[in-house]
Amino acid sequence: MSTPTPAPAIAATGLHKSFGTLVVLDGIDLAVAEGTIFALLGPNGAGKTTTVHILSTLLPADGGQARVAGHDTAEDPDAVRAAIGVTGQFSAIDGLLTGEENLILMADLHHLGRAEGRRRAKDLLDRFELTEAARKTAATYSGGMRRRLDLAMTLIGDPQIVFLDEPTTGLDPRSRRTMWQIIRDMAAAGITVFLTTQYLEEADQLAGRIAVLDRGRVVAEGTPDELKRQIPGGHIELRFRDLAGLDRAAAVLGDASRANGALVLRVPADGTPQSVRAVLDRLGEQALGADRITVHTPDLDDVFFALTGHPRTEQEIPA
Amino acid sequence: MSTLSYAVRDSTTMLRRDFRHSLRYPMMTVTAVALPVFYLLLFVGVFGNTLRAGLGAATPSGGHYVDYLAPGVLVMTACASAEMTAVSVNTDMTEGIIARFRTMAIARTSVLTGQVFGGLTRALASGVLVVAVALGLGFRPTATPVEWVAAAGVFAMITLALTWITVAFGLLAKTPAGANSLSLIIVVLPFISSAFVPTASMPAGVRWFAEHQPFTPVIETLRGLLTGTPIGTSAVAAVAWCAGLTLVGYLWSRALFDRGPAR
Repeated sequence: MSTPTPAPAIAATGLHKSFGTLVVLDGIDLAVAEGTIFALLGPNGAGKTTTVHILSTLLPADGGQARVAGHDTAEDPDAVRAAIGVTGQFSAIDGLLTGEENLILMADLHHLGRAEGRRRAKDLLDRFELTEAARKTAATYSGGMRRRLDLAMTLIGDPQIVFLDEPTTGLDPRSRRTMWQIIRDMAAAGITVFLTTQYLEEADQLAGRIAVLDRGRVVAEGTPDELKRQIPGGHIELRFRDLAGLDRAAAVLGDASRANGALVLRVPADGTPQSVRAVLDRLGEQALGADRITVHTPDLDDVFFALTGHPRTEQEIPA
Repeated sequence: MSTLSYAVRDSTTMLRRDFRHSLRYPMMTVTAVALPVFYLLLFVGVFGNTLRAGLGAATPSGGHYVDYLAPGVLVMTACASAEMTAVSVNTDMTEGIIARFRTMAIARTSVLTGQVFGGLTRALASGVLVVAVALGLGFRPTATPVEWVAAAGVFAMITLALTWITVAFGLLAKTPAGANSLSLIIVVLPFISSAFVPTASMPAGVRWFAEHQPFTPVIETLRGLLTGTPIGTSAVAAVAWCAGLTLVGYLWSRALFDRGPAR
């Protein structure tokens, strides 16, 4: 007997959305398997937030269909709402309440009962290192603390599926690492995570599958490795002290390109030690030396250029 | 649990949230009390003697102008309180937490219901304070305990009606200042009613307007209950106005709230 394939936690087909004459989503198909982390990668204005809004029942789609946790977002929004948790781009916390009060408010709205609500609030405050600040009003929290409280409020209702819209935008590197760990822990606990991000590194670190969104269309989808294979390898940047050095090196390294206006040469290389050594050896043979060397791995700009043939563009959307 | 009991439970949770807001940010509540107290002091202490003399037979025999004025100022307390609700609803809608509420399986308008009952509670507290100040200024109501209860009921009804209207204003306006401006209409309307002087003393056109706008029957009903002046058909008109405005305000607010995600 074959086991049936489990229904995806999130399934969207042909999602369309326009604001006035501006087409924000132009036919999006997505499928996210239960218990996995899925990243929607794209620049500002690609339609990431609009996608999250539609999937989380905040906005109706103009066309297409979305099923979340097995329920249609348009026909049965309350069933969807009962299964999801959403942490938006702008912190969805009540600044006039304390961290603890914010969590208990959520617990009450989930009808958890007094004792259970307090227990979960205490657990989450501990887990997200907010116990010390629990009695302070949330308006006094730092950016990282607000995000953690926001996420704790999302988790208190025990959601099956969590939407995170740019969960680390604006966070310092340390808070970003903490957030990544929290997201990994969520997936380990069986929660399906749908996150949006502008950072390839973040999608690469966290997600099992990534969809690249550009101007309202999914231009690529796959595992991080599959996507990176579509991207030409990175490059090495060589910085020179003067133009003469730059010219001589450019003559030696035939495939180098010059960066506009800077004393910098870019040589295609995949970032392995061998590739770096090969470039340095070629320079060394001619007794040339660079002032500084940087190894550049593909980033979102490269992904975009490779997948769409145009650089990242930003589009203002009214939302 | 049934849908209704969830709605009541969620609204109660939101009401607790609203109370906490009032405690953390009491400025608005203080303003809503200060304004009617200022009217009392101004109209009794500054204009009182002249108005009393001009009113003549309209005031209860041997009465003080504050006896005529207090019921009107009580209604203006409801207006000031409702105005604050418009501002606080508008401010609240800009908070990210409203978007979160919309993605949760909770009674849809519970956040508004919480605001309305929060506003109603603040207005009742303000009303008690205003009555206390009026008593201090010489207000001598003749109401029996039953009449007091009825007066409190009328006060609660007009507050509820005005608050649902101002919730809609708060949802409609783009900024808190805008919400405040829209609410000015209900703050100004009582001035052209029987709050300060009897409608009979007004020029014909103004008089017609004053007699047919909602505040006059409400004020006349309160005045009758508290000081024994004749009520006549005012009670029926007052109840009808309050019920109508509550219904319009509620449906309008609900439609505005459902319009889409707040930003």
